[in-house]
Amino acid sequence: MSEPQAPCLLDAQQMEAYLLRVSREIAAAFGHDENLVLVGIRSRGLPMAERLGRMLEASLGREVPIGILDITLYRDDLTEMAGSPIVRPTEIPFRLKDKTVVLVDDVLFTGRTIRAGLDALLDHGRPKRVWLAVLVDRGGRELPIQADFVGLKLEVPMTQRVSVRVQEIDNVDGVYLEGRS
Amino acid sequence: MTTPRYIFPHKHLLGIEPLSPADITAILDQAEAFEEVCERPDIKIVPALRKRLVVNLFFENSTRTRNSFEIAEKRLSAEIINFDADTSALSKGETLIDTAMNLQAMHPDLIVMRHSAAGAHALLARHMKASIINAGDGAHEHPTQALLDAYTLRQKFGKLDGLRLAIVGDIRHSRVVRSNLWLLTKMGAKVTLVGPPTLLPVEMKDTWPEVEFSYDLDAVLPEMDAIMALRAQFERGTGQYIPGAGEYIRYYQLNAARMKRAKKDVAILHPGPMNRGFEITSEVADGPNNLILDQVTNGVPVRMAVLYLLSNPHGEQVP
Repeated sequence: MSEPQAPCLLDAQQMEAYLLRVSREIAAAFGHDENLVLVGIRSRGLPMAERLGRMLEASLGREVPIGILDITLYRDDLTEMAGSPIVRPTEIPFRLKDKTVVLVDDVLFTGRTIRAGLDALLDHGRPKRVWLAVLVDRGGRELPIQADFVGLKLEVPMTQRVSVRVQEIDNVDGVYLEGRS
Repeated sequence: MTTPRYIFPHKHLLGIEPLSPADITAILDQAEAFEEVCERPDIKIVPALRKRLVVNLFFENSTRTRNSFEIAEKRLSAEIINFDADTSALSKGETLIDTAMNLQAMHPDLIVMRHSAAGAHALLARHMKASIINAGDGAHEHPTQALLDAYTLRQKFGKLDGLRLAIVGDIRHSRVVRSNLWLLTKMGAKVTLVGPPTLLPVEMKDTWPEVEFSYDLDAVLPEMDAIMALRAQFERGTGQYIPGAGEYIRYYQLNAARMKRAKKDVAILHPGPMNRGFEITSEVADGPNNLILDQVTNGVPVRMAVLYLLSNPHGEQVP
């Protein structure tokens, strides 16, 4: 469990506002695209995708299909781990062919999760294009990967961790800064 | 669902006996994730065991278990070596330990082994750094078969706890039944072993006191949620334990007439290969309630789960 006193970067209301802005940007770019789908990366990319999906449904007046990606089996550090992390099912309930996929995660940091996510996604088919939406871009990239839709952009020292907490998993909404500065 | 922080604590899968209910649940839950991989429309392969070397070491013939393991290994992107006892130095007199030491020199990560001797896997585990997976040892254990049976039952009934299951036939010679008894009793299923007295070793009661024994299939049939027919192992001498095929068929064969006594949706399982017309008729084996081909299908994701969970060394492993 993370320390409860970690400084709060975004409270529940601000988090909602930033997500709404991301959803508006997605709607502006792909609102006309009938083939738009969202794919959330487990764990906390999934509630982000679900919330963005509800916001898009409200503004576009149609349902935007949502997929779930578990990237554990595609991690580049899997063979170095002590014990195999539990994998949960990936659910892509649509054919990816010709789809415009917006990949969704909570925090963009090194880019390694997104690299794994792209490999996992492309094993399910060949979408028309894949764009990336994140709630927080905290800098510190180790791979040439950038987000197309960003809520909050920050430069956070490597010693610190940006922790997105969501009602569905953590019983609270908010973005926190953990570790020493 | 197990929590993401759970770490599978075993280095080897020598049998079901050493596993806890949490370990069994973890394997079955993992198998669900791998089932999704197996059902993908295009690429049914994930890179989880890339850079890992798996040796399939089969001292006894097995087509389906070995194929199932090999498909599972391929879907995990493992490097594979098939080591056949027939073609190996074993036929020239090499001991199992020598074979093991020679394999060790190739630095395998996982060894899937079938051997006729019950202790062979534990012996290998003591001499090798690799994780050992038991793919069947004599009449002792066949853990991945029990896991795929449990997975198939859980898929059908949603849970194992409280499930009533009869295992019918050649209990004496079956390693499948031993692994199944460990697994099903640990998970809270109620098991009844059914067969002629000569094929039903009562000393099994000492190991599994909660298991019921019956010589009367027709009497227990109506209460069962699932029936697992076992293969009569004529090659291991089953024929000498029964007075004749006619009598066995009259009392223990799963046929359409007898199955009328069972629940309408009773699940029928068989570990294969079947002796059609002996322990089971085609009518029942191919009937609407049979899960026999589901068992075969489920073997792959279940074995993927086992290979995956054993593929990462962990600090405080127990054998």
